Amino acid sequence: MIYNILIGGAAGLGMETISSILEKVLKRKGFEIFTIQDYMSRVRGGHNFFQIRFGNEQINSHWDDIDGIIALDKETIDLHIGRLKEDGFIIADEQIKLEDKRFFGLTLKALAKSIGNSKVYGSIALGAFVKLFNLDLSGIKEVLAEKFKEEIANKNFNAFEEGYKLVAPKYQIEPKNNDKSILIGGNDAIALGAIAAGCKFYSAYPMTPSTSIMNYLASKMNEAEIVVEQAEDEIASINMAIGASYAGVRAMTGSSGGGFALMVEAVGLSGMLEVPLVIAEIQRPGPTTGLPTRTEQADLKFVIASSPGEIPKMVIALREPEDAFYQTIRAFNLADKYQIPVILLGDQFLADSIRTVKPFNFNKIKVERYLKDDEYINAKDYKRYELTKTGVSPRITPGKIPGLTVLVDSDEHDEYGHITESGEVRNKMNDKRLRKMEYLKEELLEPEFIGEENADTLILAWGSLYSPVKEAIKLLNGRSGNNNKYCSLVFGDVWPLPEKNLRKYAKKVKNIINIEQNATGQLAGLIREYTGIECNSSILKYDGRPISSQEIYSKLIGGEQ
Amino acid sequence: MNNEIFLTSETAWCPGCGDHNILDALKQALIDLGKAPHEVLIVGGIGQAAKTPQYINTNGFCGLHGRSLPPAVAAKIVNKRLTVIVNTGEGDSYGEGGNHFIHNIRRNVDITHFVHDNQIYGLTKGQASPTTDIGHVTDVQPNGSNNIPMNPVALAITLGAGFVARAFSGDKEHLKKVMIEAINHKGYSLVDILQPCVSFNKVNTFQWYNKRVYKLGKGYDPSNKLKAIEKSMEWGDKIPLGILYKEEKSTFHDKVSFLKNGESLVESEVKIDKIKEFMKDFL
Repeated sequence: MIYNILIGGAAGLGMETISSILEKVLKRKGFEIFTIQDYMSRVRGGHNFFQIRFGNEQINSHWDDIDGIIALDKETIDLHIGRLKEDGFIIADEQIKLEDKRFFGLTLKALAKSIGNSKVYGSIALGAFVKLFNLDLSGIKEVLAEKFKEEIANKNFNAFEEGYKLVAPKYQIEPKNNDKSILIGGNDAIALGAIAAGCKFYSAYPMTPSTSIMNYLASKMNEAEIVVEQAEDEIASINMAIGASYAGVRAMTGSSGGGFALMVEAVGLSGMLEVPLVIAEIQRPGPTTGLPTRTEQADLKFVIASSPGEIPKMVIALREPEDAFYQTIRAFNLADKYQIPVILLGDQFLADSIRTVKPFNFNKIKVERYLKDDEYINAKDYKRYELTKTGVSPRITPGKIPGLTVLVDSDEHDEYGHITESGEVRNKMNDKRLRKMEYLKEELLEPEFIGEENADTLILAWGSLYSPVKEAIKLLNGRSGNNNKYCSLVFGDVWPLPEKNLRKYAKKVKNIINIEQNATGQLAGLIREYTGIECNSSILKYDGRPISSQEIYSKLIGGEQ
Repeated sequence: MNNEIFLTSETAWCPGCGDHNILDALKQALIDLGKAPHEVLIVGGIGQAAKTPQYINTNGFCGLHGRSLPPAVAAKIVNKRLTVIVNTGEGDSYGEGGNHFIHNIRRNVDITHFVHDNQIYGLTKGQASPTTDIGHVTDVQPNGSNNIPMNPVALAITLGAGFVARAFSGDKEHLKKVMIEAINHKGYSLVDILQPCVSFNKVNTFQWYNKRVYKLGKGYDPSNKLKAIEKSMEWGDKIPLGILYKEEKSTFHDKVSFLKNGESLVESEVKIDKIKEFMKDFL
């Protein structure tokens, strides 16, 4: 059983607080959660909403049909009532007049006034919500105590109690009891992964929707002993991270597409200097300012091509929060192993959708720095760019070994890092750098296969579409009768492009459809370029709103006719 | 002691270029300070001056044009035991890298910034730089440069830099002394080093500078900020050399307790048991 609740209102009404209280309360009661937020790029006014899907079975996506609306203003009802189910409900203040059997006009504002704080009326509405689902008030006090100071927490609990009296139970749902799970979004998972990987330096310039990575890291600055520096611009951010990494720590930067565009020259610097670097690029609809608070997947080709000249690099598209955590750690390990830039490609949907996931297993984490300080401790000579079979040269920490110095240069250089214009050395060095890609290819993770082995249709997608595609395929293959069967490959590692699973399944199916949140089908283009495999149709969405499993399901069924 | 420990390859600079003396003075300053090559990191951007890391046996980082300060401060932040020096030109420092110049003064990381200021672009063969005087004719400014020249030392003082000096490549002994003081200063220190470009600047020649420069005397008090601003505005017939302004202020490291009191970040271990606890934020 899964329910889908929408909480809406104007910015500045405390929507995020109300939503996060409800998420935590439901999560601690043992439900699975999947929340998306839809907010406008303004601090006050406008229309913002959260959709919280909760239930006692696995939830991989948001959903369009709504079971209930908690409306903090009239506009919320007007905008979303069309999606409300026939037997759904609307909780709002009694002053909003609405002739609808689903409408519960409650004395929210009047009660808030009597409690003595107008801001608690959201908590009164939540109290009514808890009662509608026949849940008790246990655990709520604790959640409020974590959010507010004592006096405000008490008033909010009082508000819950008052709201609880206003309605009678309407639904019955048993929790799943997965209270060990954690409730987390993609950006927090990236930040936690970076800390776990031993990142000691994060420099960035604020840009939605990447800023929350910096926010979380900054909140742990002193405890984790990580320097989080707000740079003067994105060019400084990435060049600082490269400087820190050269000096010997793990370093990272992050931005969205526009900010990343400013970093591109230095992506090449990381490749040329062979200084490891991890970059989080959290996409939003571009070009330029685009839609700052919304989602898109239109930076794939840009990111893959990001650098003048030709350098080895890796691009990992993040699929869901758990993946974001482990892939961030893997990105640091691969960046260190191959001394290359590794780009983590996320998006607003992944960043801001909060989900229950299995707790991260810190015992599984392996941090390997590949520094050769110990081997060189008594060495008389050191070549930063020593030519090797794999193209990876031994790396030491500058300043650690008396007698040895580390010289890096953005000019073409010889094995010692000295400038050269020799064509022969140039070829050797260029080959050495690009050779690393051949070894990196051996370590690629194939896209996860989802669905029926003998399917008719293969869905190709990447990154954050993993969750909605997975849920849609389950629904499609679960239909009774002799229907079209589906399978899917959702790419995480996307550059270099893993080809094995792709070639295998492309041969077996009748149709190949790419589903992407961009207008030009960038993954399909990439696949065509490197494998010759063509998709015969596409589902492309680029209005800035995340595609839901329901939308994918409907569109694929629509395509069967 | 001779400066052979810092010797590397031949330089690609023109004979008579001010860079030679700046490099000599730098090596001598490091020797006087008792530094070993591995203890020093020299960072450059792009340009003739920015090739300095190529010509001295220390750790070296030749990065992107205009981007010498960001990697330099970051390297110092994570390894406070390194002596970090930026050697690069005025185009790199004040033009392409102007934003980093402004904000790293605010950041006050303990690094030293030697700007080889020849009032012209040398590597790209003779265009105006941020400090080129009005009326200076070049291939790209055929009617003479129209833009108001930047005054980096006055700018640095007003932005709050704790050490601002000017030196001249033609007076190597004085340059070395200023360099030593700049390196010893705790916090960001700027030395704008006037130098002739023998190939592309036919206006501001060795003689041009030599006729105008004079040293700030014993009576000059570099702790007086308003006087320092006044002195830093002096340009034209007379150009003062020496430490224009000096003030001890807390550095980037002083303000972050784990950087100040702990070991260098390059030495610090990841405390996974402590980090595991962060998951409680999401329960």
